[in-house]
Amino acid sequence: MTDRDETFAKVGELIAPFNKKGVELSEATTFAGDLEWDSLTVMDFVAAIEDEFDILITMNMQAEIETVGQLVNAVEDLRNGGE
Amino acid sequence: MTDLFSKFDPLIAERQALLDTGVRDPFAIVMDRVLSPTQAIIQGKETILLGTYNYMGMTFDPDVIEAGKKALDEFGSGTTGSRVLNGTYQGHKACEDALKEFYGTKHAMVFSTGYQANLGLMSTIAGKDDYIILDADSHASIYDGCALGNANIVRFRHNSVEDLDKRLGRLPAEGGRLVVLEGVYSMLGDIAPLKEMVAVAKKHGAMIAVDEAHGMGFFGANGRGVFEEAGVEADVDFVIGTFSKSVGTVGGFIVSNHPKFDVLRLVCRPYVFTASLPPSVVATAATSIRKLMHAENKRAHLWKNSKRLHQGLRDLGYNIATKEAESAIIAVLLPDQEKAVMTWQALLEQGVYVNMARPPATPAGMFLLRCSLCAEHTDEQVDLILERFANAGRIAGVIG
Ligand SMILES: Cc1ncc(COP(=O)(O)O)c(C=O)c1O
Repeated sequence: MTDRDETFAKVGELIAPFNKKGVELSEATTFAGDLEWDSLTVMDFVAAIEDEFDILITMNMQAEIETVGQLVNAVEDLRNGGE
Repeated sequence: MTDLFSKFDPLIAERQALLDTGVRDPFAIVMDRVLSPTQAIIQGKETILLGTYNYMGMTFDPDVIEAGKKALDEFGSGTTGSRVLNGTYQGHKACEDALKEFYGTKHAMVFSTGYQANLGLMSTIAGKDDYIILDADSHASIYDGCALGNANIVRFRHNSVEDLDKRLGRLPAEGGRLVVLEGVYSMLGDIAPLKEMVAVAKKHGAMIAVDEAHGMGFFGANGRGVFEEAGVEADVDFVIGTFSKSVGTVGGFIVSNHPKFDVLRLVCRPYVFTASLPPSVVATAATSIRKLMHAENKRAHLWKNSKRLHQGLRDLGYNIATKEAESAIIAVLLPDQEKAVMTWQALLEQGVYVNMARPPATPAGMFLLRCSLCAEHTDEQVDLILERFANAGRIAGVIG
């Protein structure tokens, strides 16, 4: 597995407890549309991601992230200390 | 072409469904006459007001009214201008002087509303390389101020010292930091653990702003707010407040000891690009603020009222958002919108007005009846309120 695959798998694990409807996850799965998360769920989930990877995802970044794939990319970037 | 209003269709439908059940619209109440800080006539009925922010009952204070009338006579009905152009009168300065004395600070800046004070501070003090770290339950004006500016915004879990510490610890070394807290959180009436939060923010080198909208007048030996009671005055960089609650009129402010504070008058757009408060308003505010310095008796009675209502409602079997009364806001939790509106309406029909609050204003999708007490509520009024809550709860089937 590449690093990105591992990150994707880990993100999937963290989504699971909030995935009430058992939606199948892909790169294109959207948080608002497919998973139907409200802002409170998003906050709890973001906190879980931040704690797992020891990163900070600002609200500005969150506004740009709509899909699981975009989140995985953002996590990869942040872990590599990039923008 | 799309109708720009079609995005609101779900909301319109939801409201219509609620009104079709025959209840009165909780967001369309009209006070026909106001008799006192605690009583009004609503649809011909004399009603006890238990849903205002008139915590200290200053709206009908004779000295306050007199000051307003005098300013209206001497300075006219409005300034028709910005604070930085033709809109600063002697009265605006006197009001800022009263705030400086009240808070014991070097600087005070009066805005046209508290909403604008938050818009102004959040949008200007932190730039695109800076960070604002805010509580998830922050007031809309704080969120909107962040949206108006360019800073990076980080949220922490409501009132969680640990979460705040963790997030501050992950910030990059470069860039300024502002931690934004509130003394009293107005939806649930809970207070912030300011001593611990301020210590954590300081440890990470952040500046600190505390919104004392619902704490002013009531908390601390001088009525400055929760931050005074928590003993952290020396470590707080900005206090934001409003005249629309304990002060009893309208307007907003920021006080600070920062030597460069006054530059904000030039750069805060919500200060510059709007008209200043009318002379009568700043005169009533200044008079009220000076009286609030010495309102120990009112503070004591307000605490007594808050504790009595909290205990009384618990005894009736209501669920309250806080275990004990932490402020003058007592938030009753109800299971859903229908029960909340039924209880609200039953209360109104018996002559008690409370605020209904629903998502998205409330955290965690809660439906609340928010009661806020006034120092002018008499013991007999609190008895009546409890009696009427007992009846309303049974009518709506929310208590046994
Ligand atoms: C915490 C908080 N901050 C700011 C405001 C805004 O105050 P104003 O009514 O003066 O705009 C309010 C009141 O709605 C508030 O509750």
